[in-house]
Amino acid sequence: MDYISNTTAETEKMLKTIGVNAVEDLFKMIPEEVALEEDLKIDSGISELELMNLAQEKASKNKSLADQLSFLGAGVYDHYLPGVIDHLISRSEFYTAYTPYQAELSQGTLEAIYEYQSMISELTGMGIANASMLDGGSAAAEAVAMAARISRNKKIILPETINPAYREVIKTYGDGQNLEFVEIESEAEIIDPAQIAENIDKDTAAVIVQYPNFFGSIEKMNEIAEIIEENKKVIFIVIANPILLGVLKPPSDYGADIVVGEAQNLGNGLNYGGPYLGFMACRDERKMLRQLPGRIVGKTTDVDGKEGFVLTLQTREQHIRREKATSNICTNEALNALMATIYLAVMGKKGLKEVGNQSYHKAHYLAEKIDKIPGFDVANKNNFFHEFVVKSVKKSEEIKTQLAKDNIIAGYNLDKIGKEGLLIAVTEKKTKEELDKFAEKLEVL
Amino acid sequence: MEEKLIKDYSSPGRRAYSLPPLEVTESSLENDIKDYLRDDLDLPEVSEVDVVRHYTALSEMNYGVDSGIYPLGSCTMKYNPKRNERIARMTKLSYLHPYQEVEDVQGSLEILYQLKLDLAEISGMDEITLQPASGAHGEFTSLMIVKKYFEDRDEERTKVIVPDSAHGTNPASAIMAGYDVIEIASNEQGMVDLQELKEAVGEDTAALMLTNPNTLGIFEEDILEITKIVHDAGGLIYYDGANMNAIMGYAKPGEMDFDLMHFNLHKTFSTPHGGGGPGSGPVGVKDFLAPYLPKPVLKKEADSYFWDYKRDKSIGKVHSFYGNYGVMLRAWAYIKTVGGKGLKKTTENAVLNANYLKARLKDKYELPYAEDSLHEFVLSGSKQKEKGASTLHIAKRLLDYDQYAPTIYFPLVVKEAIMIEPTETENIDTLDRFVETMLTISREIKENPELVINAPHSTAVRRLDETKAARKPDLHW
Repeated sequence: MDYISNTTAETEKMLKTIGVNAVEDLFKMIPEEVALEEDLKIDSGISELELMNLAQEKASKNKSLADQLSFLGAGVYDHYLPGVIDHLISRSEFYTAYTPYQAELSQGTLEAIYEYQSMISELTGMGIANASMLDGGSAAAEAVAMAARISRNKKIILPETINPAYREVIKTYGDGQNLEFVEIESEAEIIDPAQIAENIDKDTAAVIVQYPNFFGSIEKMNEIAEIIEENKKVIFIVIANPILLGVLKPPSDYGADIVVGEAQNLGNGLNYGGPYLGFMACRDERKMLRQLPGRIVGKTTDVDGKEGFVLTLQTREQHIRREKATSNICTNEALNALMATIYLAVMGKKGLKEVGNQSYHKAHYLAEKIDKIPGFDVANKNNFFHEFVVKSVKKSEEIKTQLAKDNIIAGYNLDKIGKEGLLIAVTEKKTKEELDKFAEKLEVL
Repeated sequence: MEEKLIKDYSSPGRRAYSLPPLEVTESSLENDIKDYLRDDLDLPEVSEVDVVRHYTALSEMNYGVDSGIYPLGSCTMKYNPKRNERIARMTKLSYLHPYQEVEDVQGSLEILYQLKLDLAEISGMDEITLQPASGAHGEFTSLMIVKKYFEDRDEERTKVIVPDSAHGTNPASAIMAGYDVIEIASNEQGMVDLQELKEAVGEDTAALMLTNPNTLGIFEEDILEITKIVHDAGGLIYYDGANMNAIMGYAKPGEMDFDLMHFNLHKTFSTPHGGGGPGSGPVGVKDFLAPYLPKPVLKKEADSYFWDYKRDKSIGKVHSFYGNYGVMLRAWAYIKTVGGKGLKKTTENAVLNANYLKARLKDKYELPYAEDSLHEFVLSGSKQKEKGASTLHIAKRLLDYDQYAPTIYFPLVVKEAIMIEPTETENIDTLDRFVETMLTISREIKENPELVINAPHSTAVRRLDETKAARKPDLHW
């Protein structure tokens, strides 16, 4: 089955208009030496019915989170997705549209992005937000590159309490710009601000902090803010968890210059790692705005004085500025940003707070239960939000394997990144029964 | 504005969400967290009906491929099959956390692995990474591979050559990878000028970035000479896969001696653009570059699939996880549906449709490059400009006829450029309608230029003041 609707007779008519005899004649400019002689070794096409059966067959080999009780987080969170989101983003005027270059026929996408920017600004407390980045890791990497351009320095202070996947992406991008990274180790689950202070010098471009950090704890933000305040040239990048900004103070309160992160948890599904939604916001200053990567939507008026929306400040972008652009980003995650926008509209000021609070209380309920089990300790019990580290006399791998037998994914194994313990995330979706079951299974291990 | 902002639907106390009651005992916030709690959050307070009506109203001010022809040159706005959407939403294929054990996701990995094999077959490349999340992301990934390869060989090569007809992402990606960009001019036929290329290459050349067919839709007839010039100088050659829809089943970048390339699953392989994303930009490389691919690499051993992280020479990660998996599922479904022969037929009809439009439009609109072209072609609005209406006006007037405009003012090598790519999923009826509209507009410019210059007239908003938007940025409510 293909998606072509020209009939043989129509094809003939078209060929005649063009002035050639056969379709193959249209490919004559391909030199013989590179023209393919053999057909592609790909099976013939199949019907929709066969395709659905094939997809079912592949799917049956998977075990999704609907089939088990999962406490995985580590940057990707399973919050409830209201039904209106998928319904609305499935309107084909949204999802089959291109980048809104023809503003007059793209007001829907443009207005939704403006709303997205507004709500990201509100959550982060920053004056400017762009239209989205590819994902949390690449948004963090682009924030670092932006900081290096603004400060004209190359040294980046990169604590190990930042999501290890982001750290890897940041370093890959950094290799392109010859950036230098100063890694700060953490003894417990948070960094010692003194280590940041000690490492800042005249060559420092940026300090990055994750809020809450990879282990679920909140760094000593006020102390770090003071250190940054004393080093005015240093750009302060905060990687924030946007859903928790419904409850936590905005990064602007700590003097953040750039705020980035992964907004998958705002109304986007898990999808095995993507498509996700990188967000990026910065201080409302010209020097910042000029260096901000990505698309930006602005409100303006049309020739009749009616308000409307356009892509603006495009002279920062690759299609205008080419090698002088602030980034190469073109395609972003517009539909995912629409999902986040609808999610925030649905949850609203009370709902977002309630999601945060329920996640908090449920996580703490579970943590207290686990902490009471002999041989188990919650490492950061006085400082976590909805994700925490459990250390045990038992090996993490063994705990995971044992609980898998009861259809429980016991969190993220920190051995993978050279640390000890399990990183356990809880969202509002978990019931008391599920939390109790997890604790019970750990107890009888 | 035509539809007020969602916040303007707000009424204190209204809500669109519902959550079950909290069954666990509330734990105290009297710990280290309490100093970090915010007081206020100014988000909308609206009902579910408000949300549904508002975003439905917004969608009605939009235009997608499902609305009609979308002839954006270089963007390959083909039909997005609905069955693919269904597959991407299957619970067992989508409700998966990226840190689940590979045993849990064998079905998904099998799909990704098949997609890799198919992309390799279509392109003539040896190994594929699916990690880059967009075309530009794929370009950056490729240039980092080039960089790592030369570092490994202790060769200092600092320059990337880009033709002046290239996409803007090419030079921008080269800069992000730390290269200097050398731009070379095209010759009179719109192709790479061999003399210019010979002068530009040297010991410092890391790579040439090339789209073939190029942005004029013209196939580089000297392609093997071009690749030889760069290879002889020790450089690598990168293929920008934006125009793959023009050559499937007819030529392979690998056989044109390209060393690495990216694909756009959201162009060639029918996945929706989503109003600007998500996309997916897999990268294919020849064997000698495979060690440098981003990690992890998807591998198969016996009958099971796994992610290989032990990659000493890898450039590292470019995405937090494995790329835009949801987009890959759709591309896999597309390739399965159309099959090998269907891909060739796809290319044939994309080229047929473009040539049909060109044949019908070239008398009224100037055709600056008369060379044979494939899936897209570039007209110039210069004749119309002499009569007072520019390419921008023509584009805006098209919107009045409920049709999307072509790409305009690109490629930069053509003045008043109108770049048209109809794709294979349009048929002669929609093409004829587009032609008639373009001819009508040309006539209107002759008879009543003001009508065109002041277009659009029938859209939700009319010509918007972009200067004002940039001078006094209003970026949030």
